[in-house]
Amino acid sequence: MSNASGLAGAAIAQAPARVRSGGSGMRRFMRQRSTIALLMCLPLILMIALLIVYPAIYAIYLSLMNKKMTRFVGLGNFTFLLRRDTFQLVLFQSCLFAITAVVLKAVIGFILAHLMHNIPSRNQRIWRGLLLVPWVIPLAMSTLTWWWMFDPTYSAFNWVLNQFGFKSIPWLGVGWTARFCTIAVNVWYGTPFFMIMYLAALKSVPEQLYEAAAIDGANAVQKLFLVTLPMMRNIISITVLFSLIVTFADFDIVRILTAGGPQDLTHVFATYAFQVGIQSGDIPLGASVSLFMLPILAVAAYFVLRGVNRRSREMAA
Amino acid sequence: MPMSRLTTRRSAMKLGAAAAALPLVHIRSAGAAGKLSFGFWDHWVPEGNAVMKKQVDAWADKNKVEVQTDFITSVGNKLLLTASAEAQAGAGHDIMAFVEWDAHNNADKLLPVDDLMKRLTDKYGEPDKVSQYLGRAKDHWFAVPTSSGSQNKPPCARISMMKNYCGMDVQAMYPASENSGEAAAAWTWDALATAAEKCQKAGYPFAMGLGQTTDSVDAIGALFAAFGADLIDGEGKIQVHSDNVRQVLEYSQKLVKFLPDDAVSYDDASNNRALIAGKSALIFNPPSAWAVAVRDAPDVAKDCWTFSAPAGPKGRFVPHQTYFWGIWKFSQNQSAAKDLIEYLLQREQVEARDNVVQGYDLPPFPSMNDFKIWETVEPPKGTVYNYPIRSWHKAEPSVSGSSASPDVAVQMYNRGTMPTMLAKLKSGQSIKDVIAWASDELEGFTR
Repeated sequence: MSNASGLAGAAIAQAPARVRSGGSGMRRFMRQRSTIALLMCLPLILMIALLIVYPAIYAIYLSLMNKKMTRFVGLGNFTFLLRRDTFQLVLFQSCLFAITAVVLKAVIGFILAHLMHNIPSRNQRIWRGLLLVPWVIPLAMSTLTWWWMFDPTYSAFNWVLNQFGFKSIPWLGVGWTARFCTIAVNVWYGTPFFMIMYLAALKSVPEQLYEAAAIDGANAVQKLFLVTLPMMRNIISITVLFSLIVTFADFDIVRILTAGGPQDLTHVFATYAFQVGIQSGDIPLGASVSLFMLPILAVAAYFVLRGVNRRSREMAA
Repeated sequence: MPMSRLTTRRSAMKLGAAAAALPLVHIRSAGAAGKLSFGFWDHWVPEGNAVMKKQVDAWADKNKVEVQTDFITSVGNKLLLTASAEAQAGAGHDIMAFVEWDAHNNADKLLPVDDLMKRLTDKYGEPDKVSQYLGRAKDHWFAVPTSSGSQNKPPCARISMMKNYCGMDVQAMYPASENSGEAAAAWTWDALATAAEKCQKAGYPFAMGLGQTTDSVDAIGALFAAFGADLIDGEGKIQVHSDNVRQVLEYSQKLVKFLPDDAVSYDDASNNRALIAGKSALIFNPPSAWAVAVRDAPDVAKDCWTFSAPAGPKGRFVPHQTYFWGIWKFSQNQSAAKDLIEYLLQREQVEARDNVVQGYDLPPFPSMNDFKIWETVEPPKGTVYNYPIRSWHKAEPSVSGSSASPDVAVQMYNRGTMPTMLAKLKSGQSIKDVIAWASDELEGFTR
């Protein structure tokens, strides 16, 4: 009896302590940095869920429906697309457009970043500002300006050519020339992004590494390949991945310059999806076109980000 | 005096009785009969929106309906995108303007308007064939063809250039008055090719586009129709290997040589610019190019004459683009929406709007093609008299690909299949290759 009453007394005595420990646990949980971070990010997460995740899931759902959106057809839209010559052309053009543009942007951006890095800091600010202009102007507006310069009838470029006695070139009227024009405008627009990212990366490379390399007798090329590039690998990977995704999804430049013509030779996924889905009323097929690169880009993103994480851990260790 | 002294029991009872009786009194205020929202096409003539708003306000005031009017531009496909978004969301305007195929694309989400169309057709006769083709599905009208934005795209030529380089008097061929149309009989696609060659040699090529935008598609669609070159028939069978298609391609092989080098990259503004800049002798377009020339290049405008499309072996077809007004099924005030549309399509309203936009808008009912505005617009006087189809033109309105059912034809139209076939010929491909390409494309449209 006394034993039982003793246990009960102990339980009663411990009860407030449990309540106290529960309350302090909650407080501790709320004080954790990860909790605070989550709470602060929550509005953004909700916004992304609403504006990106939901439309993406809805697009996947649409891509699995028939034309009238009344019946589930599985991957029927995708297999149908693969059999079409025009879509194969779109696939080729999209890859050509994205890969060529990203490579050119990366190379030109890298060169510009190096040149910029070696300019004295006061002048650097001016040049940096000037070179960022293409990236700052709204893309639709700047593309319209380019369109005027390439215009079939009143091209500024043709005017210059004519002044020197050359014949006019139908810039947007012939397949490969039109492809070149769309890629060139994308490179013009996107290079400043690469430049600014690479410049930031260059500035973060410790000067001591170059000094050590110089003491070891490394020349400029060796410094570039053995110091600069390894130190910039993460930034290069992330920038290229980000740009690849954005360039694959490009719509404005092609839509404004050529609308996919001549003869479908400049269509990319987004412009073709718009034409098929919105203009021609086949929304499921349009959704399938726009989602076509999703698995490939997702796999690429996985491997690139895994590499970045691995290198970050190595550097931290 | 203290307030409490004023509020006696009797006065409180009177106030209560009056308050209780209030709902029984019908107060006719601005929104008494509900609300409506109308998504109009934003007219390129600014006064076109103002007169529309005025008419809507007059109706709203009379019927005590609160009407919200939005003028949505078709530039950058904004009108199309707005309609698509509203269709997917099941919310938005009660009435929406649709361009050409867009009403058909949303037919299952639009309220049938057979009753409204019956009242209009009883009064004004049947609408034109393109309106019937695009506005009906399964024997039901699902959208009402409107004048606001509806247009023909006939040839608009430079009078002097056609006379000097081709020996063709377009004013005599298509005068600004009723006539037998005998002189117009010689205006064929062969005559057009001959004239195109002469003008090209003179340095003023016909600015006919071979791109994938509407002006190119409409004009080349009229050419195919004139040869009876149906790519897909009404039963969905591909007819691209027919003799008629081969015939139109053989003809086109000659024609494309005389078109500008950059015709394959034309958009809807390229032909306008070519005419206004004085670089072209003929374009296929509504009078908007002429109207801009009146402002920017008066000498060019004074030398412009609009007339019917050339004839081919199977007839004379004028490129036509129809605009519709449709009522969404989700509209909360459907009867008021029908009333408003009916009011706006009365002859006097249509004519009042047309007078303001210089005759640009074409009524969907051919019985209204006698408005005075087309006789009086100048310079030169009568320049757009032949813009609407007159009975003596012996012509029909046409929309590209309409031999097929609209759900198939819309793909042909928006993918620009017909002008692309000609663009391929211009780039040097053989007729055989072009037919093979088209056959593969069309197979995809009929899935």
